Amino acid sequence: MSEELVRFEDYSLDFMTLYGRIKALKNVSFQIRKNEVFSLVGETGCGKTVTSLALLGLLPSNARSRGKIFFEQEQLTAQNVEQKRGRDIAVVFQDPMTSLNPLYTVRQQLADVLIARRRVPKKEALRSVVDILREVQMLDANRVADLYPHELSGGMKQRVMIAMALSCRPKLLIADEPTTALDVTIQKQILWLMKSLREKHGFSILFITHDMGVVAEFAHRVGVMYAGSIVEIATKRRLFKNPLHPYTVGLLNAVPNSRVGGKLKAIPGSVPSLVNPPTGCRFNERCERAFKKCFREIPPLIEVEDQHYVACHVYGGDENG
Amino acid sequence: MLPVMFTAVMKMVEVYELKKYFAVRRTGQWSAKSVLKAVDNVSFTVRMGETLGIVGESGSGKSTLVRCLTRLIEPTSGKVVLDGEEITKYRKRDLRKISKNVQMVFQDPVSSLNPRMNVLSIISEPLSAHEKISKTERKSLVVDLLKEVGLNEEHMYKYPGELSGGQCQRVAIARALSIKPKILVLDEPTASLDVSVQAQVLELLEKLQREHSLTYLFVSHDIAVVRSISHKAMVMYLGKVMEIGPTEKVVNEPLHPYTKVLMKSVPIPDPDSVLTEPAIQGEPPSALNPPSGCPFRTRCPNAVDECSLADMTLKKVEEDRYSACILNQRRSDS
Ligand SMILES: Nc1ncnc2c1ncn2[C@@H]1O[C@H](COP(=O)(O)OP(=O)(O)OP(=O)(O)O)[C@@H](O)[C@H]1O
Ligand SMILES: Nc1ncnc2c1ncn2[C@@H]1O[C@H](COP(=O)(O)OP(=O)(O)OP(=O)(O)O)[C@@H](O)[C@H]1O
Ligand code: SF4
Ligand SMILES: [Mg+2]
Ligand SMILES: [Mg+2]
Repeated sequence: MSEELVRFEDYSLDFMTLYGRIKALKNVSFQIRKNEVFSLVGETGCGKTVTSLALLGLLPSNARSRGKIFFEQEQLTAQNVEQKRGRDIAVVFQDPMTSLNPLYTVRQQLADVLIARRRVPKKEALRSVVDILREVQMLDANRVADLYPHELSGGMKQRVMIAMALSCRPKLLIADEPTTALDVTIQKQILWLMKSLREKHGFSILFITHDMGVVAEFAHRVGVMYAGSIVEIATKRRLFKNPLHPYTVGLLNAVPNSRVGGKLKAIPGSVPSLVNPPTGCRFNERCERAFKKCFREIPPLIEVEDQHYVACHVYGGDENG
Repeated sequence: MLPVMFTAVMKMVEVYELKKYFAVRRTGQWSAKSVLKAVDNVSFTVRMGETLGIVGESGSGKSTLVRCLTRLIEPTSGKVVLDGEEITKYRKRDLRKISKNVQMVFQDPVSSLNPRMNVLSIISEPLSAHEKISKTERKSLVVDLLKEVGLNEEHMYKYPGELSGGQCQRVAIARALSIKPKILVLDEPTASLDVSVQAQVLELLEKLQREHSLTYLFVSHDIAVVRSISHKAMVMYLGKVMEIGPTEKVVNEPLHPYTKVLMKSVPIPDPDSVLTEPAIQGEPPSALNPPSGCPFRTRCPNAVDECSLADMTLKKVEEDRYSACILNQRRSDS
């Protein structure tokens, strides 16, 4: 379970805009292992989606990046990522309509994917669509195959997306908030589906979400992002039981839990601008534990216990510094 | 202030057999009109100073219901009594008088505020509509309101585009409070906010409720949020109420089979909770063509023949607990 599939190494990303340079990612380093669900969590704008776009080689032209990304130990380049996308690396987005063509039926679109990416003969491709839909536990697969995207419910669309993504037997599935727009009962069906398919076929999932409940039930390891940086990486259990970074601690105190109820504790303030991010730790303005060093130096991500990484000066030197 | 004993039993919101039917055109069948029962025979009461959380999946009728209470949508039939006054008997143009008692806060804070108005004008708009006040009076009232929602004078001349989502929602709350309503209707007020900011807004709402004995109707599809803020919870499915009771009971010991399924689907932020197999497959039937009897019966794991015949009404099945399931009702009869 510890073999590496993906590695980000000191990856930084800026967007050139009319309002200035948006420093969207800053020294991001993490690893996704074979056969694991690695979850990236964090609040809106913290850089989850751009991290996945970087991995897919789908960044817009105003992006400027530094650092390296490896897939199976091979450094990704503009050329080789093109070969991997849709084959080794597949993706499911929150809004399926960004990837479905409204003018074609489910059968036509799924068959196209098989023909283009797996070179299946057309006749056979059209025939296997129903089986593929059954594999994603689509009820009434025969009928659904001949529907157009707008005739599908949100949950059905997401099943079609998963079917498309997995039809090429990828090694990595990137799922960017795949259930955020769905009702909880449907969310549960989709999560269960992804879990069963992963166990059956053995692939890794980069699961992007802001829902700590879903993280708790679905992820193996978690990376917490804040304002473009990874602030903590740990196994799911350790992250919930022993969060170290002040932001992670704050986040967990702010998350409501339907089973136990109880008072929530908010994190004061709001996320900083990424055009003029704070000097030093990007969380310093909202942090209860901030001290002088936090306003001067960027805390590096260091391993403070076995496989538990934190980017916070509290854990990397003396508090009076 | 009324003595506590009295406020505790005073009904602030009473809804009787409320219905909202929309006439909709069916796709593909030109000119064929059918009736969509968005809210179907809903009755409940909320006491003064209490929060009723309204939960249910997309399309279950939550927004339509609360909009009927403020008559933003005209109900098809039924009776709504707010603070002892039957508002459904007024003509729409006489409503201004009553609308003083109830105000609404919507989901999307940024787009629900006029982008061309500054915070001062936004907050004082309902105020100016209801009574004549001087400029200086207006300003000092707005400053007080800003402080109350955790903002300050500095924000008075800003425009919505210059504020964060959480700040916009605070402005929307200040605006709603400006005419001192007794009831606040909040339709997914934190759905577009990040959790850390959501907690700030929920904290603020609790503080305001304590200080002004406000009554809240809090609509959300997030059961954990409802659990944290409401005293009572009401569960809707396809326009009908399935269950009402104290929030903690409804969430942790649900009675109605639908509530049970719903609560089992909510992910718990605890590393010991494991993803289990979904209790039901498929999706709710179309609101245009709901099942007869109990609307949940086509997906209900406990359904019996009678469920299709039964006249679905919410009944008291335990102290303070109401369910529309005939199995729950039968058990409490015997
Ligand atoms: N094409 C772009 N040009 C300029 N800035 C961009 C672009 N795409 C993203 N950004 C900025 O990069 C930052 C990270 O965005 P990203 O979409 O990755 O956030 P996220 O964590 O996925 O948020 P959410 O939870 O809202 O999806 C944001 O500040 C965003 O405004
Ligand atoms: N103006 C309208 N005309 C026709 N049908 C409508 C109208 N407004 C709402 N509906 C229908 O009424 C039903 C209830 O909608 P409503 O918006 O009240 O649900 P909701 O519970 O608030 O859902 P959500 O969680 O998605 O906000 C839905 O089937 C919806 O399509
Ligand atoms: S580095 Fe400093 S400011 Fe940043 S989280 Fe740690 S203590 Fe807080
Ligand atoms: Mg995103
Ligand atoms: Mg709604």
